Amino acid sequence: MGNMVKYLMRRLLLVLFLLIGVSLLVFLISHLVPSDPVAANMSTQAMSDPEAVEVYKAKWGLDKPLYQQYGIYLKNLLQGDLGTSIRTGNPVIEDLKQFFPATLELSVFAMIIAIVFGILFGVISAVHRDKPLDYIFRTVSIAGVSVPNFWFALLMLFLFYAQWGIFPGGGRVGSRTATPSGGTGLYILDGITSGNWSLVGEAFFHLLLPALVLGFFTMGLIARQTRSNLLEVTSMDYIRTAKAKGLPAGKVISRHALGNALIPVITVMGMGFCNLLGGMVFVEKIFSWPGIGQYAYLSATTLDFPAICGVSLLIAVIYVVINLIIDILYGVIDPRVRYN
Amino acid sequence: MKQLLKQKNVLFKLGLIICGLWILIAIFSPVITPQDPLAQNVANRFQAPSVANWFGTDELGRDVFSRVLLGSRVSITAGLVTVCITIFLGIIYGGIAGYVGGVIDDIMMRLSELVSSFPPLILAMVIAAALGPSIFNSVFAMTIIWWPNYARLMRSMVITLKENEYIVASRTLGASHLRILIREILPNSIGPLFVMATLDIGNAILTFAGLSFLGLGTQPPTPEWGSMVADGVNNMNYWWISTFPGISIFLMSIGANFIGDGLRDYLDPKLLKE
Repeated sequence: MGNMVKYLMRRLLLVLFLLIGVSLLVFLISHLVPSDPVAANMSTQAMSDPEAVEVYKAKWGLDKPLYQQYGIYLKNLLQGDLGTSIRTGNPVIEDLKQFFPATLELSVFAMIIAIVFGILFGVISAVHRDKPLDYIFRTVSIAGVSVPNFWFALLMLFLFYAQWGIFPGGGRVGSRTATPSGGTGLYILDGITSGNWSLVGEAFFHLLLPALVLGFFTMGLIARQTRSNLLEVTSMDYIRTAKAKGLPAGKVISRHALGNALIPVITVMGMGFCNLLGGMVFVEKIFSWPGIGQYAYLSATTLDFPAICGVSLLIAVIYVVINLIIDILYGVIDPRVRYN
Repeated sequence: MKQLLKQKNVLFKLGLIICGLWILIAIFSPVITPQDPLAQNVANRFQAPSVANWFGTDELGRDVFSRVLLGSRVSITAGLVTVCITIFLGIIYGGIAGYVGGVIDDIMMRLSELVSSFPPLILAMVIAAALGPSIFNSVFAMTIIWWPNYARLMRSMVITLKENEYIVASRTLGASHLRILIREILPNSIGPLFVMATLDIGNAILTFAGLSFLGLGTQPPTPEWGSMVADGVNNMNYWWISTFPGISIFLMSIGANFIGDGLRDYLDPKLLKE
């Protein structure tokens, strides 16, 4: 247990380095881009007030040398002040709080779809190695990692919304439904806790298509990893023993092989989740999903550096948290793993 | 290579055929396009696929089929160039870090971790937006986000290889460090790097198309698959505008992945039991 605590402490230290690294990079880029930091970080309206400009300059130490500026920036950051977005005019932290639940809800659903179908397809492929079924599911999973998700999203929207009208065309709820306020911002969770079942149904209906598109890539990753691990495990001696003592093939896979084969798949799940956050930019744009992906895109293209930094830090921290969870899961599932 | 082709890997061969065809199309596209890919004909806009326009026409009345053919040039070149530059940078950077070791290695690796701790797509978008959208700048942005992967792989190969006796022997014979790196270490580490690169080509093509889709890559009127998909966003009922370039990206990327998978299975001894 002592090892575990030490391990967690080291991980926390890593988070600190990460925060410094990501913010330093944004800071450097924002200074490499030839622009007036005042003009770049304040709205035109705020700039017309000389007093506000002075306050801003003092707050971020713009009259001081560059390394001191970064120090001040870092200090504000550690106090939870991510600055004010130029584009929206709101504190970045408020923007993130507003947009994050939508992204979280979408990515969790995409991940569930990816894990369930990824493992299923991977197992089917491995069991039917080099038979037609293997080729079909391998093609599906390679297609998952090869399909441009922005195009796939458009295609799904065209077919299921414009052509057949089965699914709604985008957004988190229909345009006639009032957007629920308060609560966690996770509409499905909010709907369940407040007993508002029509909201749950509607939110779920809106989630399904974008989650499917978003999860397709990760599904491919997981399926491929499951297949190759299962093939590796099934060539081991203890599986041969299990077969030799007359266990039916299905039981050999489910009881003996799958557990061990899935351990490395967990790593891929983590990779997949992080990949999901990248794909989010496209999926949210096409499905008009008001989340972090759209926020990142709009901030990046307008060079809204405080917002870029905030969103990058958020994603980098999620990345670390996911990897931490995965490392802990490893220890829980596989007793051979020791934290050192 | 001959051994590789003798293998019973259908998907690998399929990948070779798909990518080979696309590369041929890219090379000969100026000659084989049936119509001028840039010629606008507004009277003939939004035409569904027909004998005259196999893939229909877009909102400016341009022939989508011709544009898909010519678009292969930018998309494929951008993907290949990105992977080539990143693998080159990675070999040099990782080679030096691994070979020199010590403090220099530590500093160099922390620096590469700094870059890779940043969410890649956001970094690429910021760089492309800051430098101004163009093909060159988005390739540059992709290079910046990708090289650390190759540097890490190269470094780990160098670290394991440099302790080998034949390296020590070569050193005793008076070979220079540069010679050892190029003649002894590089040939032995190129396999895994090559597999990683093949698997990355599909990814690079997807990312470049994505940046173009977001308006950060190719600028009009140059035909490119990603931006052609974007042309269809506001004209969703004219499905052919974005469907055909989308399928092209998909085919090229899946072809590259088939090849990468085949190579990996071939080079990975663990999967070669049968």
